[in-house]
Amino acid sequence: MTTQDSVLTPVLTDMWDVERSWTLPAYEAKGGYQALDKAFAMSQDEVINAVKDSGLRGRGGAGFPTGMKWSFIPQDNPKPKYLVVNADESEPGTCKDIPLMMANPHVLVEGVIISSYAIRANKAFIYIRGEVLHVIRRVQAAVAEAYAAGHLGKDIHGSGFDLDVVVHAGAGAYICGEETALLEGLEGRRGQPRLRPPFPAVAGLYASPTVINNVESIASVPSIVANGAKWFASMGTEKSKGYGIFSLSGHVQKPGQYEAPLGITLRELLDLAGGIREGHDLKFWTPGGSSTPLLTAEHLDVPLDFEAVGAAGSMLGTRALQIFDDTVCVVRAVLRWTEFYKHESCGKCTPCREGTWWLVQTLARLEKGHGSEADLDLLLDQCDNILGRSFCALGDGATSPISSSIKFFRDEYLAHLTQGGCPFDPARSTAWAGQEVPA
Amino acid sequence: MTVSTPSTGSGTDEGGVEKATDLVNVTIDGIQVAVPKDTLVIRAAEQVGVQIPRFCDHPLLAPVGACRQCLVDVPDAGNGRGFPKPQASCTLPVAEGMVVNTQVTSRVADKAQQGVMEFLLINHPLDCPVCDKGGECPLQNQAMSNGRGDSRFAGNVKRTFPKPINLSPIVLLDRERCIVCQRCTRFADEIAGDPFIALVERGAEQQIGIAEDAPFLSYFSGNVIQICPVGALTSETYRFRSRPFDLVSSPGVAEHDACGSAIRVDHRRGKVMRRLAADDPAVNEEWITDKDRFAFAYAQGDDRITYPRVRGDDGALRPASWPEAFAVAARGLTAAKTAGGVGVLTGGRLTAEDAYAYSKLARVGLGTNDIDFRARPLSAEEAAFLAANVAGTVIGTDSATTGRLAPVSYADLESATKVVLVGLEPEDEAGAIWLRLRKSVRAGGTEVIAVAPYTSRGLRKLDARLVPTVPGDEPAVLAGLAADLDGTTVVLAGERLATVPGALTAVADLAASSGARLAWVPRRAGDRGAVEAGCLPNLLPGGRPVADPGARVDVATAWGVDALPEAEGRDADAIVAALVAGELGGLLVGGVDPADTSDPAATRAAIEAAGFVVALDLRETEVTRAADVVLPVAPVTDKAGTFVNWEGRVRPFEAALSNPSSLPDLRILAGIAEEMGTPLGFRTVPEVRAEMAQLGPWDGAGPSEASRLVAGAPRTSTSDGSDGLVLATWKQSIDNGRMQDGDKYLRATARVPVALVTQDVYASCGPTVTITGDRGSVTLPAVVAGDLVAGVVWVPANSFGAGVLSDLASPGSRVRVEGGQA
Repeated sequence: MTTQDSVLTPVLTDMWDVERSWTLPAYEAKGGYQALDKAFAMSQDEVINAVKDSGLRGRGGAGFPTGMKWSFIPQDNPKPKYLVVNADESEPGTCKDIPLMMANPHVLVEGVIISSYAIRANKAFIYIRGEVLHVIRRVQAAVAEAYAAGHLGKDIHGSGFDLDVVVHAGAGAYICGEETALLEGLEGRRGQPRLRPPFPAVAGLYASPTVINNVESIASVPSIVANGAKWFASMGTEKSKGYGIFSLSGHVQKPGQYEAPLGITLRELLDLAGGIREGHDLKFWTPGGSSTPLLTAEHLDVPLDFEAVGAAGSMLGTRALQIFDDTVCVVRAVLRWTEFYKHESCGKCTPCREGTWWLVQTLARLEKGHGSEADLDLLLDQCDNILGRSFCALGDGATSPISSSIKFFRDEYLAHLTQGGCPFDPARSTAWAGQEVPA
Repeated sequence: MTVSTPSTGSGTDEGGVEKATDLVNVTIDGIQVAVPKDTLVIRAAEQVGVQIPRFCDHPLLAPVGACRQCLVDVPDAGNGRGFPKPQASCTLPVAEGMVVNTQVTSRVADKAQQGVMEFLLINHPLDCPVCDKGGECPLQNQAMSNGRGDSRFAGNVKRTFPKPINLSPIVLLDRERCIVCQRCTRFADEIAGDPFIALVERGAEQQIGIAEDAPFLSYFSGNVIQICPVGALTSETYRFRSRPFDLVSSPGVAEHDACGSAIRVDHRRGKVMRRLAADDPAVNEEWITDKDRFAFAYAQGDDRITYPRVRGDDGALRPASWPEAFAVAARGLTAAKTAGGVGVLTGGRLTAEDAYAYSKLARVGLGTNDIDFRARPLSAEEAAFLAANVAGTVIGTDSATTGRLAPVSYADLESATKVVLVGLEPEDEAGAIWLRLRKSVRAGGTEVIAVAPYTSRGLRKLDARLVPTVPGDEPAVLAGLAADLDGTTVVLAGERLATVPGALTAVADLAASSGARLAWVPRRAGDRGAVEAGCLPNLLPGGRPVADPGARVDVATAWGVDALPEAEGRDADAIVAALVAGELGGLLVGGVDPADTSDPAATRAAIEAAGFVVALDLRETEVTRAADVVLPVAPVTDKAGTFVNWEGRVRPFEAALSNPSSLPDLRILAGIAEEMGTPLGFRTVPEVRAEMAQLGPWDGAGPSEASRLVAGAPRTSTSDGSDGLVLATWKQSIDNGRMQDGDKYLRATARVPVALVTQDVYASCGPTVTITGDRGSVTLPAVVAGDLVAGVVWVPANSFGAGVLSDLASPGSRVRVEGGQA
């Protein structure tokens, strides 16, 4: 939960502390669904231009300008247009969309209505990760409330605009966070990424023009319409405008979601979060989930925007800041992540399917202290053969923790070999470290 | 390895000349090449002689980019900017000015390919020495050309699966070998439309699978074995039987239907081990039916006749030498000729050369036009239709000078806006036509209109528009289609229309009035060639009408005889009737199964009644057992020959096996003719081919309009109040046909014989029905066909007992349908 500290810019998270914040009355009491009328008073293209001018970039990780994505929809195409909200939040460490949908689902629904209006879609889909049933129920309830209140359905607010929203539950695959795999899943097919081109803007869902946006991107739209593009663009940095939710997890005193302008640093965020776990130091962290190359204490002052994190050799990603202190074995952490990628590889392309299978075995051997220094070069070469060779970005992401950890912690890998095993006590990194009851 | 030629490679006669404006200039490995727009980089590279390794890519399947083996470096995408990462060349179309560096010149591309190859091999078993694919394996070959010599995977754990599982009775899957390139699933989905195999599980556990209750049943399933780039898919019949390097491969032409599909016959020490689809873009592309692929054991069975036999004084058949058999046959036929004459039934399986020999022997040696290749229900109307509309329409002959209809080709099916199917169920009866139609329908180019009693599975997969038709009503229905058709449309008329009075005339009228193009599609490989060879009572070779004196003189001159018999002869039904009546003295018969004929009992009686029977056949049959002289003939593997397919395309082939004791029909007929004192003037296939070429097609007038006789008026209405339902039937692709003998696995893939009934009939009769016709009755499970036209019951023609004609009734006749057991 956010504080009132001046560094923070609570917009999406502003009402998370309100009693029964997820209900329609609570949202309307905070001015909810008023941006909708403002949007209906504008032309569709004016809404698109407002989002363009705001500088909003996709909050799902890639940072593609949202307004530009909307303007790619060919309006002369006779097929129906669709809006699809990517709520398949599965990236390890990422925890922003799920709490957002739990605490304030109506801001997403309002964003969906305005965005659909802008792209002339009369049907929108919210694709929610299937494992989070409580979130699915909450969004379904919010959509039902919105229908009952006349915010959805026919002739919304007397504007003449019709919109139906379908809340769809995924079937449990990380790959369906990839937008074309999501579309396949939504169409009832096996969740595997599609060949591009054609891009979804031209032939997406049911081969019709489709916009796919992250939950947070869509949820940001009402505030842009309500307060203006200038207001939004006044936050953040030159090329990374606005605010975003930063999820801090791991060895911090107060883990949670911190909504702040892009460009804030980890040092500032750690200050807000009460610092690293008592008695320990920061060892490494991920700026945007496990698929982004990890960073170390030397990057504490890197502004967390798309450009600066990129310049530091990583990616802003989903702003999922996983914080690891000095009790953590980096080899062990990387192995766990790699096991995740092996488990979640969809199997479509060879490098990811076979590569992750092999990476896990090589890493597992290293963690046990088996193997030799040459295995590090083998690992890096395997990563080189996966990165940029796989069909989609999942394969690329699988290599990030490995290559970045070897870059920063090569000596720690070697220590496993010289010591014949892991030099760390895994119990020390747990939340209950120091409280063990002797047998 | 599938290396394609560009899409225009099918020949200028169909592809047309590529317009220069459609060419795109690209530089591949420093070599400039101009290729048609939209060409994929992987194929453009073939034009400069560079083979980029690939697995998932197949020129006849949509690009998928799954295996990543074909990665190349693209420093300039044509817009001055390069791709930062290697690109899959199988999904990347060329662009003007594009620069591509393959493994030949780019270290990045080479390393990317080696990396992918290494990944593919980590979980691939090292069982090449016992794998069917070993020696012809794209993975093996490309691992050698584009992979590293040693493994870095040592000490790790391979993913394993239990060894092969059955996807169907005939297709097995070894999941360990599979590299999940998806060629098979894409084929099943895109080409055959039988998506009963699909990817299941994910990651390294991803595999091809089937649903528990739905095996991979498809008439085209064998193609997935052939396009599998590893040894993951194998067939029950070939698995562990041979190594590729022990096989001799001979090109051939499939003998199971009239499609003329190109095949490759792989044999070892005189025995056919397997058959594969050959690549013929103009005909079957790279696909064949499972029947064409697997049904070859019939020629290698125990019942193959290997030596001549003559009936001895004791009334039993005894072995004879060839000279003796020739002499006995000649003596008997000569006697029969004077005792009323000899009828000639040639069946539909002959090569054109063999058919020509029968045709010539009948006219020159036996002095008769009593010859007919139609071992099936037929009509005089059909013979007239064939003479007027089919004979002489051979691809390569100039229809402008012969005055014949221009032949319809496979390419014409693809470019047609509409194709009308009447009396033809192409998935069952002409697989290559069905595949080509589906390709065109999927591309959005063609609408299929089916004049049929119900929407079969094959028609459903063609998105066909059904014109629901009770068998017998086709003439009226066809007349109503005229407004739908024009010069861009094609009508395909199946041979089954012969059983419907007036139907073939209606087809010809429809084509004439609408301008639609017309083709006749028979079921058997030899049918079309037999028309050209003159194995009909009204036709001489080359489409020459018997009734035309000029045509007779033409042929008589070429054959060096004074005259030919003038009157049109008896057709097969009339020959049977004449034999039973004692009007004919003898019978020369080759490859006819009485069960296939319009009246099996009558045919059997005719053979019984005939004074003298000479039978030429491959295997023992009820005909050979009843014959006076039995002469063994060569199967298609043992002789050169020619099939003329439904298009009128000449499909010559050479002998695959060398078997000196196995003689083609024409050599045997030549021997008999010589003994009769009327030599045919040839003894070998090349001699017949030369004579046929010399004779050429008829350039005179076709049969006059007036001579087109219509046998019987169309039935006025089928709802005429008489009892029972109208019997609709045709032969399914896999059934009890004798040429499918010997492969139990293939036969296990046959569709279960059922009677298709309407909801009303099902409601009153229940799940089991007994159908009774004038020749017997049969009990079958009943299945409701949603849109089966009222008043009709459908059964497969040759999937139970001795077939519909022997055991039930004639197609189109009335049968009684009752619930339960008889």
